[in-house]
Amino acid sequence: MIIDTARHLLAPVTVGATLLLGACASSETAEEDTTAQAETSTDLAEGAQAALLTVTDPWVKAAGADEGMTAAFGVLINEGEAQADIVAAYAEEISDVVELHEVASGDDGNMVMREKEGGFSVAAGGEHELAPGADHIMIMGLSEDLEPGTEVALTLEFEDGSTQEFTAPVKDFEGANENYHEDH
Amino acid sequence: MTRLPGHGPGGPSRRKVLWGGAAAAGAGAAALTGADTVFRSLRFPVENPGADDPAGAARPHGERVHPFHGAHQSGVATPPQAHARFIGVDLNKDVDADGVRRLLSLLSDDAARLTQGRAALADTEPELAAAPSGLTITFGFGPGLVERVDPGAIPAWLKPLPDFTTDRLEERWSHGDLLLQVCCDDPLTLSHAARMLGKDTRAFGTVRWSQEGFRRSYGAEPSGTTMRNLFGQVDGTVNPAPEEEGFDSLVWCGDDAPEWLQGGTAMVLRRIAMDLEGWDRLDRPGREDSVGRRLDNGAPLTGTEEHDEPDLEAMTPLGFPVIAEYAHIRRARSPDSEERIFRRAYNYESETEGAGLLFACYQRDPERQFVPIQRRLDELDLLNEWITHIGSAVFAIPPGCEEGGFVGQGLFES
Repeated sequence: MIIDTARHLLAPVTVGATLLLGACASSETAEEDTTAQAETSTDLAEGAQAALLTVTDPWVKAAGADEGMTAAFGVLINEGEAQADIVAAYAEEISDVVELHEVASGDDGNMVMREKEGGFSVAAGGEHELAPGADHIMIMGLSEDLEPGTEVALTLEFEDGSTQEFTAPVKDFEGANENYHEDH
Repeated sequence: MTRLPGHGPGGPSRRKVLWGGAAAAGAGAAALTGADTVFRSLRFPVENPGADDPAGAARPHGERVHPFHGAHQSGVATPPQAHARFIGVDLNKDVDADGVRRLLSLLSDDAARLTQGRAALADTEPELAAAPSGLTITFGFGPGLVERVDPGAIPAWLKPLPDFTTDRLEERWSHGDLLLQVCCDDPLTLSHAARMLGKDTRAFGTVRWSQEGFRRSYGAEPSGTTMRNLFGQVDGTVNPAPEEEGFDSLVWCGDDAPEWLQGGTAMVLRRIAMDLEGWDRLDRPGREDSVGRRLDNGAPLTGTEEHDEPDLEAMTPLGFPVIAEYAHIRRARSPDSEERIFRRAYNYESETEGAGLLFACYQRDPERQFVPIQRRLDELDLLNEWITHIGSAVFAIPPGCEEGGFVGQGLFES
């Protein structure tokens, strides 16, 4: 009986969804690309690197101002046809020092995190995950406590000068305590 | 949205239908993505046991999902899953309205992802989210939470229930500011979901109690079979069914409730200890007499089938009522059809905490529905010889939320 209902529903939904999608395909498509576009400058040049990239599932580790530092994570997805190179990041409301970091094997063989030369590159059609223990956006000199559930505004700057803003929720997280490289 | 797990090899037929349909319309990649989303929401209708469906039979049942977003929260009218954990949280003193809002946003985001088989944000064990197995996460508010946001928005019934003479309530099983109800057909998925919710709660409060319950495992019986409790009784025969006329008005809060709660419900959670050893000493006729129902199929002592209407007037040849004056079903009954509740109970058992029933019930107003029933049972019910209520909590279960919103959002908008 219930199965019948499901089957009965399936056909109309297929058609309905198709029509619906056909009708609003442009706005649907736009949704993904435009999360970036809408929030960046409207005069973003066609093909600007910032317009190629979508940041999904971003989050920032909760931290107190006394701890001084934290990091932002998420998945960078390039749905465009050209490479996007992120060369800098900013979190102006909470920090003056934000760097693009990697976690790599140090001279003594221990894993350390350090600034990543050249920043993050995301190939056309590719994605790049920022995660604890891997590449991440390092936020230093915190000017205020980052409480769980608040939102942090972040900006990515691309190699061609274009920028993209996004917000990330703050999450309570035990990990992401990688050794800090001594040069810093 | 871009990378959901759970696209197992099983069940290609429906998937092909949808993909084929979208492609035929020539709507391109965007349409395919969209169709895939539609498919996910339909990909495995949750009530579908798979048994009669050749395409579904090979599909692991761990893929089944219940919606998180919608008019009502899932986990109330949802067919009861095999496992449940009810977690009562005390909020820290310094958590104000903004803190409550932040907590609820985090928890709703976790639930929206986990129930759909996706890892939560900052999930350190994302693989454990991949078999949702009918997971539902339901949030309930105690008066202590509502008060921090809007003291004027507390419904009259959102407070401890009146005392009943047979109660032996313990604080450690009672009350709380926030309820996390996690139900799932897979205990590992449930454990992971509860842990994830716990991680996002710990900055805001502490666990007051956590109560684990179980029913038959998924697929052990035809869906819709009335549960059995640890006394072996068929328990909940007269429970209204969600598709039944009148269910909505019994369960979902309407115009007479504060606006933020309309479409929500009220939950009563009673921890009922059951004296299994004492029950062991009772013979089968004695057991059936105490309830007024047969043990084999749950039929009333005046009938033959479970759902036969009990004949409360029927007399034995000696002139005694067939269903005794003290029988549970006689005492629980009310001539007032509004005086009914919707039950969704789970058994519990542990070496250290004994055994019993996590009696969870939902209604629009506990004072008008649960309380009069419990008063009658408190006054007289032979079953009271073997059961004792040791925990009690009342929660407001807000309506569901829309995508991008959070459960309880209405509380901040009034």
